[in-house]
Amino acid sequence: MAKVPVQFMLNGSEKAEFVESGTTLLNALRDKIGDTSPKGGCHQGTCGACSVIIDGELRLSCLTLAETCIGADIKTTAGLAEGGVLHPLQRAFLDAFATQCGFCTPGMIMAAKVLLDRTPNPSREDVVEALSGNICRCTGYEPIIQAVLLAARANSQNAA
Amino acid sequence: MAIRRGRGVAAINYPTGMNLGGDPTQALVHSTPTGNFMVTLSSVDLGQGMKQIMAQICAETIGVPTDRVVIDTADTDTGPHCMGTFASRGTHRAGNAVIQAAKEARQVMLEVAAEELEVNASDLETDGQGNIQVKGAPQKSISIFDVALSAHFKRGRSISGRGMFLIPRSYPEKETGAMKPSTCYAHACTVAEVEVDDETGEVTVLAVKNVFEIGRALNPKMVEQQLVGGSWMGISHALYETTEPYYPNRDHGGTDFNQYLMPGPGDLAKTEIIVLERPSADGPFGAKGPGEMCANPQIPAVANAVFDAVGVRVDTLPITPERILRALKAQAAG
Repeated sequence: MAKVPVQFMLNGSEKAEFVESGTTLLNALRDKIGDTSPKGGCHQGTCGACSVIIDGELRLSCLTLAETCIGADIKTTAGLAEGGVLHPLQRAFLDAFATQCGFCTPGMIMAAKVLLDRTPNPSREDVVEALSGNICRCTGYEPIIQAVLLAARANSQNAA
Repeated sequence: MAIRRGRGVAAINYPTGMNLGGDPTQALVHSTPTGNFMVTLSSVDLGQGMKQIMAQICAETIGVPTDRVVIDTADTDTGPHCMGTFASRGTHRAGNAVIQAAKEARQVMLEVAAEELEVNASDLETDGQGNIQVKGAPQKSISIFDVALSAHFKRGRSISGRGMFLIPRSYPEKETGAMKPSTCYAHACTVAEVEVDDETGEVTVLAVKNVFEIGRALNPKMVEQQLVGGSWMGISHALYETTEPYYPNRDHGGTDFNQYLMPGPGDLAKTEIIVLERPSADGPFGAKGPGEMCANPQIPAVANAVFDAVGVRVDTLPITPERILRALKAQAAG
């Protein structure tokens, strides 16, 4: 099958790949580019583990075709840490013991990041709503909710 | 037709590990040339925190800081044998094996230090900070870094140890059938409060209060994490999860996350966790296995709460609205 050239920004770096037409962004990121932070949980848009941020919007990379992302600005959890310093959300997930097996964690963090980018001081209900598209097997969700609230508090303290 | 409230209680005991043809785990410990300690295991960390706990156990036994220990669970083909990470057995079985291996390694380490310090090994102690010193005379000391260098490059010693923990197979007594399926039990009790809509059969778990008796909590925050997640999973098992809702008929079984339902972040019961520590006789530093146990007591507690609310016994899981409505109908037909 003819391959399609795809070019986009990933975590601030330009990426260019040839992919087969119909390749999902998830597979392009993981298998072509080597960013394995988005996870393939269900490959049908029901678990949220593959969540990434495309042009500021939370998207399921398993339901997004790579060829629709030409010119897009894509962010994944792998790009959050700067110079070895964890992003406040990553720090909060560790401090709140919000991760066990870790499979859902990158998707949870992406969902939480979009929330905090728009709503820096979210209510508990805001956090629950933001995470409701993501499934976790281990934590029972409460530690994840607490982690997002913790990150929001840390951000507002830093801003003050 | 009304929303009815009910409260149920249930208590369980839960074996740590299992008894098939005997239940062994082995561990190997060795020092690197710079005095870090490698623990080689075939026991796998599934996210429950085995690597952290084994590092703590090894560090505590050898007498070094936890960050001086590296856990390698890389390969079940080449590592020392383990039955596996299941049956809540990891901490208990692997932990005991690591203690035995670490004790042997510690003894070699002290013998090398004794030669360097020209004292008797039995007069030495670790300071927990990476040094070995003479008891009562801490100014006479040597770093474990230097001990390891000496062992490797001067003394030709391997600072290492072998560990093995085996729960032997228990055979039933011929006359009575009695046997000892496990040597160690964790315990739990849950009180669940529910609301049941007797028109739709829907159950809402308002609150669960859980008490878990888990031996000793080797890492209290990780124990709490496990118990909070387990309590949620217990509710999920009680009310939601099944692949075969009409078992043994496979019809209508969930095949994806649209159909196989679990409570989401918006469906959480108010959850309380209390940990009781009654150290076990044969666990590493008194630990038991809290893993699967913590998802069990919520199930009968919710079933009892449903009975308290609407007076029907649903004894098939999960307790779905359909099962509740059928039971109510049968009760009314009485």
